[in-house]
Amino acid sequence: MDLTYTDEERDFRARLREWLAKTLPELPARPSPDDWPGRRAYDLGWQRRLYEAGYAGLHWPVDAGGRGATPTQHLIFLEETERAGAPYVGANFVGLLHAGPTIAAEGTAAQRARWLPPVLRGDEVWCQGFSEPDAGSDLASLRTRAVRDGDDYVITGSKIWTSHAEVADWCELLVRTDPEAPKHRGISWLAMPMDAPGVTVRPLRTLAGSTEFAEVFLDEVRVPVADRVGAENDGWRVTMVTLSFERGTAFVGEVVACRRTLGELARTAKANGRWDDPALRRRLGRLYGEFGALWRLTQWNVSEAERSAGGVPGIGGSVFKLAYSHARQELYDAAAEVLGAASLSLEEEWTLDRLSSLSYTIAAGTSQIQRNIVAERILGLPKGR
Amino acid sequence: MDFRPTEDQRALRAGVRALLAGRYGREALRASVDTGVAVDRGLWRELGEAGFFALRLPESEGGVGLGLPEAVLVFEEAGRALVPGPLVATHLAAGVVPGAAAGTAVVTAFDLGGDLVAHLGEADAVLGAAGLPDGEPVRAADPLTPLHRVAPHRVPRRGDVGAYVAEGALLTAALQVGSALRTVELAVRHAGEREQFGQPIGAFQAVKHLCAQMLVRAEVARTAVYAAAVTGGAGEVAAAKLLADGAAVDNARDCLQVHGGMGFTWEADVHLHLKRAWVRAEQWRTAAEAEELLAEELLDSAG
Repeated sequence: MDLTYTDEERDFRARLREWLAKTLPELPARPSPDDWPGRRAYDLGWQRRLYEAGYAGLHWPVDAGGRGATPTQHLIFLEETERAGAPYVGANFVGLLHAGPTIAAEGTAAQRARWLPPVLRGDEVWCQGFSEPDAGSDLASLRTRAVRDGDDYVITGSKIWTSHAEVADWCELLVRTDPEAPKHRGISWLAMPMDAPGVTVRPLRTLAGSTEFAEVFLDEVRVPVADRVGAENDGWRVTMVTLSFERGTAFVGEVVACRRTLGELARTAKANGRWDDPALRRRLGRLYGEFGALWRLTQWNVSEAERSAGGVPGIGGSVFKLAYSHARQELYDAAAEVLGAASLSLEEEWTLDRLSSLSYTIAAGTSQIQRNIVAERILGLPKGR
Repeated sequence: MDFRPTEDQRALRAGVRALLAGRYGREALRASVDTGVAVDRGLWRELGEAGFFALRLPESEGGVGLGLPEAVLVFEEAGRALVPGPLVATHLAAGVVPGAAAGTAVVTAFDLGGDLVAHLGEADAVLGAAGLPDGEPVRAADPLTPLHRVAPHRVPRRGDVGAYVAEGALLTAALQVGSALRTVELAVRHAGEREQFGQPIGAFQAVKHLCAQMLVRAEVARTAVYAAAVTGGAGEVAAAKLLADGAAVDNARDCLQVHGGMGFTWEADVHLHLKRAWVRAEQWRTAAEAEELLAEELLDSAG
């Protein structure tokens, strides 16, 4: 049970801190949340700086152009960038964390050479076309069809919850190539250019009022067969490979940010007098304890990932997400108690955060699906009918 | 950084688990419930010989010379097995009260924050108190935690046990974590065996989700306890106790629910876990105290 960092890791942290202190003041002003082209340019600009400083693709394998950093170094990177107030991964999310790692693991040499460098350099943005209106938790029942026509697939269907669709260059797309096969066995993984004829993007407004994601309609879109990654009908496995890149670091920055928010909540409550209410004080004290434990659970999962073959964290992912998504919602409910009626105002940053927090028990596997995973795969309870 | 227990630590834990499985399995537990004798002096001495109480005493003083991380691992095992008796107080008394380290003395403590004290009738000494006070027996909810009420002037002043509170809370939290992990196992076993409507009840999501949430609670609490054992930070120790109390009590409640009518019987072990978890939640540091301590640290850290 060792929570100390090695000399090498401390050096890594110190150099990163130094670089952040020098670089962050040079960044341009942040674009407004609704300025999508501005956000794209800002996020890609940040990625370009990371690339030039040697921090791009930190967790990617070296032969894919990454740094091959350990999960612990990745944790340090995410912790320090969040502490310093550096930009979030933003528009680079899918390229760096889903599509890129998938191509690195399953793509041909030509595919890797074509798609990976622009992600690392901050030249191209990827989005994800997985979920469909009728395929959410049951993703493998997706119905977007891809029919072979010579050297192309012709694709018709629709995707939903696609973040950054408006500004993406490429979409990692799951399509059904064999409608007769069992549902997990008739899916293929394609790289689709977002400017292809027949692609229509319709932004979806969230309950927070913003357009964080979109629906993507596909009407006879042609994608070359050469842009399929992995074998035809092997797309489900290809997609699951991406998950093996999850190394317990998914929420590092967010936990750091939540702990900072808790401190701000305490200061605000002290200033507005609500700190004198023992019920509120105890509520914040409990959250402080819970987020401290979540930070330690992150370190635990990273420790597991660092020392298990392939970097797959054991039971950590689902257990962590269940606890964290609930705690995050609880945090912003507590923020509303600190603010009182002011929490009804959208001028308060915490009000928007409170609204956004509602997605946490739904996105990336609902809490109900996560509990099924924990119960069936970890506890070994029987599958239901 | 490698947060996981080392090979030596895992071996230590496995050794204690094996010792307790052989010496204090389910039959022994139920026998002590039937006789009402909580502290088995023979077992106490065996625990002493195994180093359970002297674990953190320096080797120069006849101890094992290990630290809090090792201690929480072995206390987790004792919590899992529901070993009764003032384990934490006796461990804290090692090197202070003669016989505690070896397990030849049973030492209890005023750790319930009032005039009630556990295991007074079975104890040779009370931590931080001169001599054994007289007490009136009180009918106790937990059959294996007998209680006495003593005259208020015989209750030691807070300062007399203050030095022990943090470590007492942490080791008690470790007992809670062991119980919380054990009740997950009991619930999962029952849910996999018990059939209704033609299938194991564990195939129903309503039951499955209770079990999954139990594991989440136990794992978060376990992580908090291990981290507190490594850092020894006041806030982390308070968080460990707070989360472990919640995990042990809520898991025992959910385990009871999963067991249905059987869970409400004396025969099932679930109530023993729940009642002990209630006792431990009152020991050394309550939820209210932990939350206030954490709130204070939060405000200090926020500047």
